Amino acid sequence: MISANLSAIFYLISGVLFILALRGLSSPETSRQGNLFGILGMIIAITVTFLSIGNFSTGFIFVLLFILIGGSIGAFIAYRIPMTAMPELVAGFHSLVGLAAVFVAISAFLNPEAFNLGIRGNIKLGSLIEMSIGAAVGAITFSGSIIAFLKLQGIMSGSPIVFKGQHPLNAVILISIVILIYLLCASQSSNLFWILLAVSFLIGFLLIIPIGGADMPVVISMLNSYSGWAAAGIGFTLENTALIITGALVGSSGAILSYIMCKGMNRSFFNVILGGFGATDDSSGSIKKEQRPVKSGNADDAAFLMKNASSVIIVPGYGMAVAQAQHALREMVDTLKKNDIKVSYAIHPVAGRMPGHMNVLLAEANVPYDEVFELEEINNDFANADVAFVIGANDVTNPVAKTDPQSPIYGMPVLDVEKCKSVLFVKRSLSPGYAGIDNDLFYKENTLMLFADAKKMTEDITKNL
Amino acid sequence: MEIDPLIFRLSIFILSIFVGYYVVWSVTPSLHTPLMSVTNAISSVIIVGAIIAGLSGNSDSIFNTSSIFGFLAIALAAINIFGGFLVTQRMLAMYKKKKKDK
Repeated sequence: MISANLSAIFYLISGVLFILALRGLSSPETSRQGNLFGILGMIIAITVTFLSIGNFSTGFIFVLLFILIGGSIGAFIAYRIPMTAMPELVAGFHSLVGLAAVFVAISAFLNPEAFNLGIRGNIKLGSLIEMSIGAAVGAITFSGSIIAFLKLQGIMSGSPIVFKGQHPLNAVILISIVILIYLLCASQSSNLFWILLAVSFLIGFLLIIPIGGADMPVVISMLNSYSGWAAAGIGFTLENTALIITGALVGSSGAILSYIMCKGMNRSFFNVILGGFGATDDSSGSIKKEQRPVKSGNADDAAFLMKNASSVIIVPGYGMAVAQAQHALREMVDTLKKNDIKVSYAIHPVAGRMPGHMNVLLAEANVPYDEVFELEEINNDFANADVAFVIGANDVTNPVAKTDPQSPIYGMPVLDVEKCKSVLFVKRSLSPGYAGIDNDLFYKENTLMLFADAKKMTEDITKNL
Repeated sequence: MEIDPLIFRLSIFILSIFVGYYVVWSVTPSLHTPLMSVTNAISSVIIVGAIIAGLSGNSDSIFNTSSIFGFLAIALAAINIFGGFLVTQRMLAMYKKKKKDK
């Protein structure tokens, strides 16, 4: 058994190691070392907890057993999961953090003596407030992440589910959570505690169902942030520095990512949360627009264009992930490079279903990360490039965002694909993208549409090169 | 008058938010997915609370309602810790620089 002061110092050390773990991610070279710091911090935190309890009886064996069970499941998932399923995985993991926070809060509420928080029915006020906030946020994280997971997995429709009176209902529920916490602290009633949990689960569910597929990057980042705040709430209850530091780090990390994602779509955070984007005004969309002519081509035409280019910029999007086309794409690029054609990749901040989604897929296909550029870095290069190869992206290339103030995506930063001498657009059909608007790029003089599955088309082009 | 220890914890919390803010802005956008998976893993340090909860039973009865919730939380957090760190490791191993050939 070690003293409380000593264990507090070790918890602080593990908190610092977690900061270093995030710091390592500032560049790919230092990132692997950063991850090791994170693992070390976790080992220290767990070991110190055992030592400070100092109870190595039968219970300890069970703790190890449950760690082993959970650990094997986690390790199994980590090795088996395909990289394209990373958004689902992260959403799933968020839900587990949320649920773990809820369970710890329940346990502390039922047996406060074990945590030094007073006695049952008379828990210290401060601890009870912290505990109930942690539990409520944890419950919201859990049910919200489950919905996000189901939507990403395709089990639940990705389209927004909206109904009348949704926003007032949510507002009432959120206010009732605050009132419940107040009443709970005043009465210490366990019934209120259970009601609080139930209501929090419900609001997490209601908050996420109106949010559509392409807004998932914001939702996942937001839930990431929530899972951090839930951990911090529990950290205050347990008076544990490691947990408080980590919760704050994760909370602010998720908040920053949500901000970056919102900025990438030129939408306010509230606008995303209130949801329903793209599902609104189906009536106006159903007015048939005049059919405009498009030029479509085949793999042979595309190969010809690219063979005669000196520089090509690839614009990947969610469609590439769906078609699992990243490996085929890299093979195509290898062939281009053999012909001394300069190739780079342009990634829009909200391409894909989570922050950095495209980068991971390209890394998986062995694309060197110094050929992959962010929007600001590469946008000026489109004017000098010969061919832009758009594979699975749509709205993020739509020039209407720059020209038409009436458009729902007006003001969103887009890749200046139309400035290229020619544009190759791989797409299955002419259907509009997620925002439900037509892409002007399809009808440009210099655009060649390639109607096919992204993977198959890329393979065919490689054969023709 | 003595300062409530809560104030110290609050100070740590607020300062950590600022540390997080600056550290996360320096993360390169191409590593945002690993950032999410690693924050996922480290937030599972909530397992320390779960362990305390799991060991809260007395020697006669290891399992009571409170400790069962603790054990469940241990398993959930462990899934996240192992899953989160390993999948991050797997992703980071894929980020390679251009080979300096030719």
